[in-house]
Amino acid sequence: MKKEFYLGIDVGSVSTNLVLLNSQRELVYRDYLRTMGQPIRVVQQGLKNLKDKMGKINIAGAGATGSGRKLAGIMIGADVVKNEITTHAVAALDANPAVSTILEIGGQDSKIIMLRDGIVSDFAMNTVCAAGTGSFLDRQAARLQIPIEEFGDLALNSKTEVRVAGRCAVFAETDMIHKQQLGHRVEDIVYGLCQALVRNYLNNLGKGKDIKPSVLFQGGVAANRGIREAFRRELGMEIEVPPHYDVMGAIGAALIAKDAVRRERRTSFRGLDVSECQFGVRPIECKGCANMCEIIEIVKDGAGIACWGDRCGKWSSRISKYA
Amino acid sequence: MLVTFPHMGNAYIAMKSVLEDLGVEVLVPPPCTKRTLELGTKHAPELACLPLKLNIGNYIEALEMGAEVIVMAGGCGPCRFGYYAEVQREILQDLGCNFKMVVLERPQGNARDFVKKIAMITGGKNILQVLASIKRATRVAVLMDELESLCWQVRPREKREGTVSRLMREFHSQAVKTRGSGKLAILIGEYKNRISRVETEEKKEVLRIGIVGEIYTVIEPFVNVSIAEKLGDLGAEVDKSITVSYWVINHLIKEALHMHDKRELREASYPYLRSFVGGHGQESVANTVLYKRRGYDGVIHLLPFTCMPEIVARSVLPEVSHRYGIPVMTLVLDEMTGEAGYMTRLEAFVDLIRRKKEMKELYEERILSGD
Repeated sequence: MKKEFYLGIDVGSVSTNLVLLNSQRELVYRDYLRTMGQPIRVVQQGLKNLKDKMGKINIAGAGATGSGRKLAGIMIGADVVKNEITTHAVAALDANPAVSTILEIGGQDSKIIMLRDGIVSDFAMNTVCAAGTGSFLDRQAARLQIPIEEFGDLALNSKTEVRVAGRCAVFAETDMIHKQQLGHRVEDIVYGLCQALVRNYLNNLGKGKDIKPSVLFQGGVAANRGIREAFRRELGMEIEVPPHYDVMGAIGAALIAKDAVRRERRTSFRGLDVSECQFGVRPIECKGCANMCEIIEIVKDGAGIACWGDRCGKWSSRISKYA
Repeated sequence: MLVTFPHMGNAYIAMKSVLEDLGVEVLVPPPCTKRTLELGTKHAPELACLPLKLNIGNYIEALEMGAEVIVMAGGCGPCRFGYYAEVQREILQDLGCNFKMVVLERPQGNARDFVKKIAMITGGKNILQVLASIKRATRVAVLMDELESLCWQVRPREKREGTVSRLMREFHSQAVKTRGSGKLAILIGEYKNRISRVETEEKKEVLRIGIVGEIYTVIEPFVNVSIAEKLGDLGAEVDKSITVSYWVINHLIKEALHMHDKRELREASYPYLRSFVGGHGQESVANTVLYKRRGYDGVIHLLPFTCMPEIVARSVLPEVSHRYGIPVMTLVLDEMTGEAGYMTRLEAFVDLIRRKKEMKELYEERILSGD
């Protein structure tokens, strides 16, 4: 029998990740692409890369997640389309079945997920502010002209504590500039920033939550050793970073898809040739009422396959007609 | 004299009923839309809470259509709402709008002022007629809430997704055109019939979620991203702790007669929140406890950004959730019209409580079978 693989796609605001798991749930392929506001093109590019690299393989199931999950799900014919909380939790449990707390910091959002006895018992996503996310670190690294990859390691060289205000990205930046002008060393300021981000994250998301070990730290920002260290000190616990910390959402989607396919005994995956189809969107401005909903129709090879964006359901209810 | 009022979910039906029974010409503002919100945010102070902004949008849209009199509720507190009408009047005057505003407050001691205002709107109907029409409108409000509650039960079980929502859209487009309490009651009854005949899957495992929080965000679907509909489509039956009829009966009528029995609320919120903190803050805490006692699987707490009473409740709820073992999620609602973020949270919350329920059932089965 031919080997079976499971595909997971995580279409986020900043990056799109694809992973392929084998039937032993091991990661055999991963790809990272910048979404750059073009989810359709990036999903097709991702599938093309996968096809070029892996050749003809048997994909037995596929799952989509991330803020672009609906779009990606329709395009590839995903077996499951799941929110990021669930996929991250599933992937973390697979990496460490004893996990109790998941800290996740991505490009544009961050979340905390609490698990008890292997199920999600509570979660929070940041709502108000960018100061707790990767984009903010990116921006500050660029301002200090430090490559983002070295940013965290630099922080570890810090000897003196410098306090940076962390409640708001604008205040933090003002504060950092002020500290720089006073003559503080860059590594101290960078570590101060890591601490500020962690403080902000814990105040915003961790408020009133019982953070227990084992703690898993995932999402792109988990690569940053300065942040890891700041979490370790602030929480007084060891922080574990799983090997594929930056593609956990996609892994979770693939795992859930594997489960779904086992139950349903069939997959709705359209196949890797989807990368060669012509996808497009047809924007429609509905003039039915004062909401003037911006409707998007997804078109595959000239035919509409899905529609959304309306408040009243006049357009999106046509989905059933397509299917 | 064309009379209008701000929207709050299905409240327009009761308002229409009472005014039309008294022979008043009513203009229902167009349902809240993005335009309503834009008008409101443009003219309201930036720091004001969302309901105030939408009210202003409603007024402007109604005045454009020819309304002359605005009826608005007022009062001393219990939060910024008490001062809404005054602020709104000033804003509209500054905009050069031509209108008269009648602020109805719960009679506190002196009922004469209240009667006088009613007489002004109705053109001198006597107090008995007024009381009788209030009574009939209250009945209509109760019927309307029964209809909504029926929708919340049927929606997660319907065989063809979207049937209930389609029927309700049809209902609202007819209700706006239906005059007086009698005809409104008949229309509501007709739709109650149609919805109870919608084909359902009886065996389907349905979750039960209670909704608590600030009254406007709980009731008005435009601001709460149609939460009851979304949860219904996700397979959850909802119940709202505050409805229009609850508000009319308990806050307007019973409170005025000093008959509002708050013992159950006080008992349930004890010891987490022992005093009135304005708005429905204490109710939010109490109702979370009551939902747990009634066997609900989870609670969603709604508030408009910067709502003080609910911020107090929000800080208490994690402890209540922990002690009583009922998942609670707070959603803060503001001007954002992008729904993706809310959808992710709702989906994740439904996933969470479904898994929790399955685990619990599995565990109980094991105990019963003695494994």
